[in-house]
Amino acid sequence: MAKITYIENNGKSHTVEVAEGLTVMEGAVQNNIPGIDADCGGGMACATCHVYVKDEWFDKINKKSEGEDDMIDQAYEPKKSSRLSCQIQVSPEIDGLEVHLPGKQI
Amino acid sequence: MIKTDALIIGAGPTGLFTAHQLKLIGLDCEIVDNLDKIGGQCIELYPDKPIYDIPAIPKCTGEELTNNLLEQLKPFNIKFHLGERVDELTKDNEKWKVKTSKGTAFETPNVIIAGGVGSFEPRKFSPKECEQFENKTILYSIKDKKIFDGKTVSIFGGGDSALDWALELSKTSKVNLIHRRDEFRAAQATVDKVKELSNAGKINLITNSQLKTVSGNGKLEEIEIENDNKETKKLKTDFALGFFGLIMQLGPIANWGLNLNKKTVEVDTEKFETNQKGIYAVGDICNYPGKLKLILSGFHEGALAARACFKLARPNEKYRFEFTTSSKTIKNRLGVKSD
Repeated sequence: MAKITYIENNGKSHTVEVAEGLTVMEGAVQNNIPGIDADCGGGMACATCHVYVKDEWFDKINKKSEGEDDMIDQAYEPKKSSRLSCQIQVSPEIDGLEVHLPGKQI
Repeated sequence: MIKTDALIIGAGPTGLFTAHQLKLIGLDCEIVDNLDKIGGQCIELYPDKPIYDIPAIPKCTGEELTNNLLEQLKPFNIKFHLGERVDELTKDNEKWKVKTSKGTAFETPNVIIAGGVGSFEPRKFSPKECEQFENKTILYSIKDKKIFDGKTVSIFGGGDSALDWALELSKTSKVNLIHRRDEFRAAQATVDKVKELSNAGKINLITNSQLKTVSGNGKLEEIEIENDNKETKKLKTDFALGFFGLIMQLGPIANWGLNLNKKTVEVDTEKFETNQKGIYAVGDICNYPGKLKLILSGFHEGALAARACFKLARPNEKYRFEFTTSSKTIKNRLGVKSD
C-alpha cells in the first residue's frame, strides 16, 4: 500500500491508500477522485489521466514510457512536470506521492 | 428524410461489423460519423499500431482492420454520412427522428450508438483570449491553404499534421513552428526535412515553448510564447494554427435521455438496448457488468443489437437464425453462389 495524494486544480486534496501493483490512475478511478477521466482505460491512447508531478517526486517515480510524451503533447496544458498517471506504478517507495491535476482533462 | 431500418452512429470497427450483421439478416442501415473518414479510433489514433487480439487475426494494424471490415461489407451497398455529427434525436410515435449537424434527417425504428468515446474534436489552445479569433485567424484545420499566401503563420504542435503543414506552407508563407519539447512525434523523414529548412532559414523553428497569450484588434496580430525557463517572446503573426491531436467528447449523446455512467451508456446484455426502446449502444461506449473495452466485445454486442433491431423493423415477421455456411437467403444477400 502507498498513500497517494491527488490535488485538484481548485486546491481540494484527496489522500487515499492505493495497493501496490496498481497505477496512480487506477488508484484515482477506484476511489472516485474527480479530475482523472482515463477514457482509454490505461492504454496510453488518450491523455485524460494527465497529472503534474513536482520535482521532488518526479525522479522518484518510474520513468516515462515510450510514447508517453507523444500523448502528453495532446494533453490540456502540458508542462515539464506532466505525466500520464496510468504510466505511474504504485510501489511502497512512492508512499506519500502527491500529484496535481490540471484544470481539465479534455 | 431518409427512412432506414437502423441508423448506426459511428464508423469504427464496431459500427462497421454491426452494419454487416444488419445487412446479413436483411435489414437496411446507414452510418453517420463525425470524422471525415471511416475507421474511428483505429484510423484516428493508431492506424499503424499492430493489434494482436482480434480472433483469428494474429496481427493487424488499425488501418488493416478497417480495410478488412470494409472488404467484408463490400457485398452490401452501405451509405456513409461522413463529417456529420448526430445532433438531435427525438421520438415521433414509434419512430426515432435523427438530425445531423449538416441537416441530414433520418426516420428509423432503431438507432445503434457505436460511438466509441464520443466524437472527435480538435484540442484547442488553452488561453481564453484565443476564442475571439477562432475559426477566423486561429484555426485547427485547414480548408483552403491559399488564405496563407504571403502571410506569417505560426504553427503549434509536434505531430505529422503540424510538421506537414509547416513544410507545405513554408513554400508560400513565413512559417513559425512552435513545439513544447524538442522531440517530435511526426515521421522521421518529415522531422529531418523540417530541420533542414530550419537550418536554411526557411522555417523559424522554436522548441521547448508554448503559447502564452494572443492579441490583435479584430484579427490576430501578435502571439506571445513562453519557454521552459519562463522567458517570453512576442511574434507578429497573421494566423495561428494548433495541431494538438483530437480529443473525444461525448457531445450531444449526453442530451438524449439515456442512462449514463460517466462517459458510457448503460445497456442490457440481451439486446444491448439502452433505457430508451429502439436505442442501442455497442462497443466502447456501452457499459454493463463485466464490460471489456475490446474490439471483439464490440463485434458480439453489435451482432446481438442487430437481431434486436429486426423485431422493431419487421414487427410482422419472425426472425430465423441462420448460418452463413448454409443459408441460401444469406448467400443471395452476399451475392455468392450457393452449392
